[in-house]
Amino acid sequence: MTNNIVLKLYITGQTPKSERAIANMQSICKNELEGQYELVIIDVMERPQLAEDEKILATPTLIKALPPPLARVIGDLSDTEKVLVGLNIEPLRKSNKEGRRGK
Amino acid sequence: MSAKKNSSQISKLETGIAGFDFVAGGGLPKGRTTLLAGTAGSSKTVFAAEFLGQGILKFKENGVFVTFEESPADICRNMKSLGWDIEKWVNEGKFAFVDASPDPGNQSVTAGEWDLGALIARIEHAVKKVNAKRVAMDSLGAIFTQFSDGAMVRQELFRVGSALKGMNVTSLLTAERTAEYGEISRFGVEEFVADNVIILRNALEHEKRRRTLEILKFRGCSHQKGEYPFTILPGEGIVVIPLSAMELQQKSSDIRITSGNADLDRMCGGGFFRDSIILVSGATGNGKTLMATEFIAGGVKNGERCLLLAFEESREQLIRNATGWGFDYEQMEREGKLKFVCEYPETAGLEDHLIKIRSEIDSFKPNRLVVDSLSALERVSSIKGFREFVIGLTSFIKHGEVAGLFTATTPSLMGGTSITETHISTITDSIILLRYVEMYGEMRRGLTVLKMRGSMHDKDIREYTIDGTGMHIGKPFRDITGIISGSPTRIQQGELGRISELFEEEKEKVESK
Repeated sequence: MTNNIVLKLYITGQTPKSERAIANMQSICKNELEGQYELVIIDVMERPQLAEDEKILATPTLIKALPPPLARVIGDLSDTEKVLVGLNIEPLRKSNKEGRRGK
Repeated sequence: MSAKKNSSQISKLETGIAGFDFVAGGGLPKGRTTLLAGTAGSSKTVFAAEFLGQGILKFKENGVFVTFEESPADICRNMKSLGWDIEKWVNEGKFAFVDASPDPGNQSVTAGEWDLGALIARIEHAVKKVNAKRVAMDSLGAIFTQFSDGAMVRQELFRVGSALKGMNVTSLLTAERTAEYGEISRFGVEEFVADNVIILRNALEHEKRRRTLEILKFRGCSHQKGEYPFTILPGEGIVVIPLSAMELQQKSSDIRITSGNADLDRMCGGGFFRDSIILVSGATGNGKTLMATEFIAGGVKNGERCLLLAFEESREQLIRNATGWGFDYEQMEREGKLKFVCEYPETAGLEDHLIKIRSEIDSFKPNRLVVDSLSALERVSSIKGFREFVIGLTSFIKHGEVAGLFTATTPSLMGGTSITETHISTITDSIILLRYVEMYGEMRRGLTVLKMRGSMHDKDIREYTIDGTGMHIGKPFRDITGIISGSPTRIQQGELGRISELFEEEKEKVESK
């Protein structure tokens, strides 16, 4: 298996919300994706054109660029379950997450 | 700093939208946000886009368009029909889009707290990129449909509003309304984004759509109150018609011009005034168009330029009629002294007619203007709209020192007043009545100058005849009474003195009205 999940996290500056989103994302990546990902953090204050290109309105916004289909999640990613549903990613450790699949 | 700004005079930013700046007392409050609310189809987007377009065209002020609804490509396409090439401006770095339109393939899931920080950063980026002085956002309601949490959107829009103030731009935000007369906007956005509110309406009145604009409030600045009609012209955009705000300041001329008929000139004490409005009222077929024709011919003879707006007859019919009375319209047209504009009144709303007439006047620069007939125009409008049209037209032609002759058709053959007359008699300077007089089983014609502002005039009701050389005004009817009221009665010679006095009184009454 290669690093086939490409994630982009758009934030606005070093706000508590941004920090929270980054921490939440990192923990999701570590616990659920087990290293099979590439995470890029983009500060739209510094690179607004990237936000323009992706038509980002709200921050934080997480975009799953690869594999298709493109998926978006907005918010500070505090709800892990919703993040995974939104990204359309099957958690790798299925054995631990049986209860979630029914939702 | 903001407190200091508030206490000092708020300056206005000229928008460049025709007529709007006048109504707005100079333009939009500078450096502030203004909410533009309107129902679907009230041309909010056009107004917003034109606000930016005029900035680029007239004031070298660049603009940023934030769109929540239509895609930039759609907006460019729609505005092309008004003659604006937004794509070119974008390439020249004068115009920038912030595309926040919904993307159907791009649904997002919300997981936790968020804000519109990215949007603000993008607007800021765009404003810096093109050095914008103007920002338009269209429309705020659409952003509520993109996010499920309405309270969050409200709070965030408030942040956007204050961020805009910090960017040193004048901004115009649009919002939907659900009814023409009701709450200011859906979602109550006016409460948290704008100090200033403009309402666009597209109301249905007597089966006609009538667009109006109203400035509801400009916090801390003056503006005209009430609704003002506006229209959208291809190649020009929005044109607001500041009718009731027009000032009565036209100069008054005491230079006389000929009516084209020596007898009538004599009755009017030497001719019409050069900048006066003359209303000719009469039943069908008793010489209104002839009087208008003589008025034109008289002008052309003195080297004046005449514009004839015909709403009942075509150019060919007019030429044929004139030929029948011995006037050569075609020759006048060839000399460039006469221009015909023939149209059915139904082809456009009165606002559009008014603007068209104005541009004709601007380009042809006539000394005389004839509208034949004004009653035809009345058919296509409400009473209020018609009155405003006449006020707009008269004030415009008076500014240009153009003499105007309007005809009005009375509904009955004998006597009576036309509706047109009732509504506009106070606006006109002179009124000439043409009436049929039934005598001994014969239809004869009588004419009187009912009113002539600022001048003595003949008070007689005179008989006139029409033949192949025009109108000939003869002697007064001395032994007939009741012509104006439509029931002519022959009276004994001995009673004449008394009756003629009565006549005077009657006429004075009408005049003072």
